[in-house]
This record gives sequence, structure tokens and C-alpha cells, in this order.
Amino acid sequence: MKTTIIVAIALVAFAGAGLAAPETFDFKDPKGVNNAGFRVDAPLEAVNGNANGISGTVTFDSENPAATQGKIIVASASLMVPNSMQQHHLHSDMWLDVAKYPEITFESKAFKNVKTEGNVTTAEVVGNFTLKGVSKELTVPVKLTYLKDKLGARVPKMKGDLLVIRSNFSIKRSDFNIQPHQMEDKVSDDIDLTLSIAGAAAK
Amino acid sequence: MKRTLRIVAAAIVLAAATFWAASGANRGWTKTSVPTKTVDDVTGIEGVTYTRKFVPGLDFLALGVLGAVFLVGVSFLIPKKQLEPGQ
Repeated sequence: MKTTIIVAIALVAFAGAGLAAPETFDFKDPKGVNNAGFRVDAPLEAVNGNANGISGTVTFDSENPAATQGKIIVASASLMVPNSMQQHHLHSDMWLDVAKYPEITFESKAFKNVKTEGNVTTAEVVGNFTLKGVSKELTVPVKLTYLKDKLGARVPKMKGDLLVIRSNFSIKRSDFNIQPHQMEDKVSDDIDLTLSIAGAAAK
Repeated sequence: MKRTLRIVAAAIVLAAATFWAASGANRGWTKTSVPTKTVDDVTGIEGVTYTRKFVPGLDFLALGVLGAVFLVGVSFLIPKKQLEPGQ
């Protein structure tokens, strides 16, 4: 009887360990809320835009957030700005050349300075950022919010967890061969980027 | 003819300024779509969708003024009507 109880406890513990295993979150958002934003300074008014063509996967373990890995992809052609002429220029080969470079990606390599409080983890992610065919290693701050069993609240009839990723960082367009050192009086070299995305891990 | 061109120029400036002011006096660039923000209740993420709408900006106003200046300039190039002898 005693042995049976010990075996039962061991099985429950093993099952529990299995539940805490890393989960893979898919960032293709059926609600279309996920978005990457950018802001560049320009005369008269800063140019703000957004892209909602987000995809990619992130593997996250709530027991070991430092082991998080993943790749986020932004479809270049989904970048929108409020002025159609500016958007045409942005998509053209003068700027992003979305026909030739359809994806903007960030692939993580390592997590540093990981701090977890409750369901929120903050860290610095070292990874490769690729824009217009140029890859550069960047270290960017991220905030991960793990929402256990919340997938059903967002997508009815589905069970699973959500992972929200937020990040703000800046890049220089000259580093990514986007009109390097040209027209800086009209469009700033610095580009502020924001990422607000949620991924789902269905069970 | 001179007078007509100047009246048209004044009308263009007035129409552009009225339309710009009535559309919210946007002091930025002209917009052909406007972003609308929606907050996802579960994740708290602020999503952005664009709706087609024309909002004239300062560049629209400047274009109206430039058009009017061009018409006034052209009006100065038109020779004065010669008076017939005996008039």
C-alpha cells in the first residue's frame, strides 16, 4: 500500500513536471491585433506606421524564462502609414523594397538579465535583426507576460495559454542600407520600433 | 480675363482653407487613411487598423496657395485690353 502511494505521488509529480515543459507559442494572430509600429522624425510631423502581418513562434518555459527562444517575422508589405504617397515610397525600392525583401525578422540567440515577478518576465534579448536583407546583432529589452489558460478568453472554444511580448527599441536606417546618410533632413536616421504581440499555445 | 483669374485664385485659397479648417485643421501631413486604435481585453495589446478617410494637412493648404499664386502670376502676364480709338 505504501509503495502504491509513493508510486502515485511520483506519477503526479512527473505529470506536473510535464505540464511545466516549454510551450511553443504561435504568433499568427487570428484577431489581427498583433502589431509592430515604427516612428521616424520628419519635418512638419513625425511619420508613424504599423504592420500587422506578424507571424513566428516562440518557445517559452514559465519555469525557466531564460531558455526562451524564437523568431518573429513581420511581413514588410503589411506596413501601413496614413498617407498613401508616403506608403508608396516606403514600399518602393528607394526605401524598404518590400517586393525584394518581403520579411523583417528578429531571431533570438540568448536572454540576459532575466527577472521574473509573478507572470511577468523582463529581460534583454540578444538576437539577429534582419531588415532589407541586412542582418545585425541587437540587444533589445523585452517584457513577457505569461497568461495561463487565457486562450479561451480570446479565442472561444480553444484551450491553452497566451504569451504577450512587448518591446521598444531603436535602430538606424543607415545600418540597414535604407538610404544611408541621405535625406536625413527629411527623414531621421533613427527609427523607433515597438512590438506588441500575443502568441497562443493551444492544448 | 485678368479679373476672372484673380477671382478664381481667391476662390481656390478660400475653398482650400475652408475645407482644411472644416476637416479638423490638421497641422501635419495630408492623410488618406486614419488609424483607429482598439485594445484587446485579454492581452491589453493596442491594435491599429486603418480606415480610408481624406484629412487635408498643411501640404494641401500650401498646394492651394501655390495654385492661387500661379493664377495671379499668370494674370499679370495677360496684356491690358487695348482701348479702341475713340473710346
